[in-house]
Amino acid sequence: MTVTDDQGQAPGSPALTELPEDVEIATEEGKRLASLLQDSERHARKLLEVKNLSTHFFTADGTVHAVDDVSFELDYGETLGLVGESGCGKSVTALSLTRLVPDPPGKIVAGEILFDGVNVMKLSSNEMRLLRGKRIGFIFQDPMTSLNPTLTVGYQITESARIHMGLSRKAADDRAAELLSKVGIPRAKDRMRDYPHQFSGGMRQRVMIAIALACDPMLLLADEPTTALDVTIQAQILELIRSLSEEFGTAVILITHDLGIAAGMCNRVNVMYAGRIVETGKVDDLFEKPQMPYAWGLLDSLPRLDEIKGERLRTIEGLPPDLIDPGAECRFSPRCPYARDVCREGEPELSERAEAGHLARCFGTEPGGWIQ
Amino acid sequence: MATRTQTLATGKLGERKTTGLWRDAFGRLIKNRLAIVGGLIVLLFAFIAVFGPLIAPYSYREQDVAAVAANGNRPLGAFSEGHLLGTDKLGRDLLSRLMDGAQISMTVALVVQIVVLGIGIPVGALAGWFGGRIDNFLMRITDVVYAFPDLLFIIILSVAFKETWFGRALDGLLLVFIAIGLVAWITMARLVRGQILSLKETEFVEAARAIGVSDRKIVMRHLLPNGIGPVIVAVTLGIPGAILAEATLAFIGIGANVPRASWGSLIDDGRAYVRADSHLAIFPAIAVALALLSFTFLGDGLRDALDPKLKGKQ
Repeated sequence: MTVTDDQGQAPGSPALTELPEDVEIATEEGKRLASLLQDSERHARKLLEVKNLSTHFFTADGTVHAVDDVSFELDYGETLGLVGESGCGKSVTALSLTRLVPDPPGKIVAGEILFDGVNVMKLSSNEMRLLRGKRIGFIFQDPMTSLNPTLTVGYQITESARIHMGLSRKAADDRAAELLSKVGIPRAKDRMRDYPHQFSGGMRQRVMIAIALACDPMLLLADEPTTALDVTIQAQILELIRSLSEEFGTAVILITHDLGIAAGMCNRVNVMYAGRIVETGKVDDLFEKPQMPYAWGLLDSLPRLDEIKGERLRTIEGLPPDLIDPGAECRFSPRCPYARDVCREGEPELSERAEAGHLARCFGTEPGGWIQ
Repeated sequence: MATRTQTLATGKLGERKTTGLWRDAFGRLIKNRLAIVGGLIVLLFAFIAVFGPLIAPYSYREQDVAAVAANGNRPLGAFSEGHLLGTDKLGRDLLSRLMDGAQISMTVALVVQIVVLGIGIPVGALAGWFGGRIDNFLMRITDVVYAFPDLLFIIILSVAFKETWFGRALDGLLLVFIAIGLVAWITMARLVRGQILSLKETEFVEAARAIGVSDRKIVMRHLLPNGIGPVIVAVTLGIPGAILAEATLAFIGIGANVPRASWGSLIDDGRAYVRADSHLAIFPAIAVALALLSFTFLGDGLRDALDPKLKGKQ
């Protein structure tokens, strides 16, 4: 089965892949990756398998357990949401997948990441560049600062195509113009020569999407792609990501703290709290029957249209725990209105709920638990 | 209403100019009168430096012995017949010697800055990009060079190499240029390091990494062009320092071998006659001052023009 077949591949994108000249292939895993890059077949059961990933930051105050024992899987072409409040480890998880965690102070201390069957952790840092841009595209939160102000938009879009596909200047330009018009920028050919400051925020995010999709990646990591944009532009950008990922057959990991966005975009959702996944499931199951008080709290704090006027927005009381020493208890128990002694004595494991693939980390909602 | 439709019809959409960063900066620069005056004088000096020997009335070594003898063996004063700025005691035309000196001073300006850029940018970029031990090592070296007395270093170098081929190259000037450059790169290295340090934390660098751009290319294509503004300013403002350093060295007798003379050595020569024939010291001094001021004004203008905070103002 091919991921990008005839209609899935962007028109004009060359089938042949050339390896960047300056990447030295040193490890066995690197050799494997290099051979896998020659075609766009699927090489594994799942596009992405993350097992027991832990990323820590070694700071002067102590070790921050930013991502703690996180495991999840992602199917080819699937859209996965990663939701949770600020500082819960969403972005660090995404950065860890591409090994872009700033080091020092950050470090992936444990875990295994299999991308299309390739063990990412075994690649040399040089070989990682084969994956970045080529197989994994990245969209950042703030389009105002993610583009280089001194380079033309055209150059920045062609950069990855020229690195990874060995395209000539002309061919890369054509491809960039085509991508620009695909992401909805009018007069794409002319605007290639423009600089980022001549684009509005929404346009720049479109440019970022064009950059991320330049090499027709298998996975798109979108780290709060609409947080810096106003609501009408948000909807356009999300729709663009959705339609392009469908057209290109690209899997998406969408990081957001906006449950509405997650509900509208994703097939499955992982809820993260304090560096851990606390609930995961198909989007319908999770929104219909959330199995973890934290997820309820998140859903409950959404503003509603049928709200009584003047009523205050609901919040989750308290603050997330200090990730330097999270303790052995359930990490949500200090803020949980349903918490019992058992929650403070040990942390629950992710366990199955009624629906297939719906797991939650909560004693109270486990079969026979006290929360119904 | 009619006017509005008109604006729309002839609207600027189609013919909108691409305004790059450099065009913007240039637009701001030419609005700055002092900078433009400075720039024009710099261009004039540069022109004289290149074509001076061709347009000078005399050669720098040509002696008008007859005129000096007719003047009672004294240097000719300014505005004498045939010698606009007079001559020295040996009958050599001062204007011609100044024009030849311009060549030396402008070469100083150029060569020293090339040495400064050639050492300063790589050292600063390596230190800033890699950080840690490499940064520590390189910055301690710059500290040592910084702590060493400049003039002493240049004098030691000049004396040590004076009799080698290196010391004789370019009438002894190459040695002086390199020596000045070897003490002047520190500021540039620190500046570039600071630029790289602040720029490497930006999101567009992370974005470049995320598409697999190599470290070398990130530094060359993404970081350095962003930090180039302050570097250009530092170069322009460093030139007067270099010209002054050369003049200082010439004044104490290090530098151009006779009979060539730089502005500094002309001032030194004129010093002996400063009471009776003050023009011999004054005109070279004016030339030095004018060059310094012009470069400084141009540098200030460039700094304002390239300052991103001023963007869109004025």
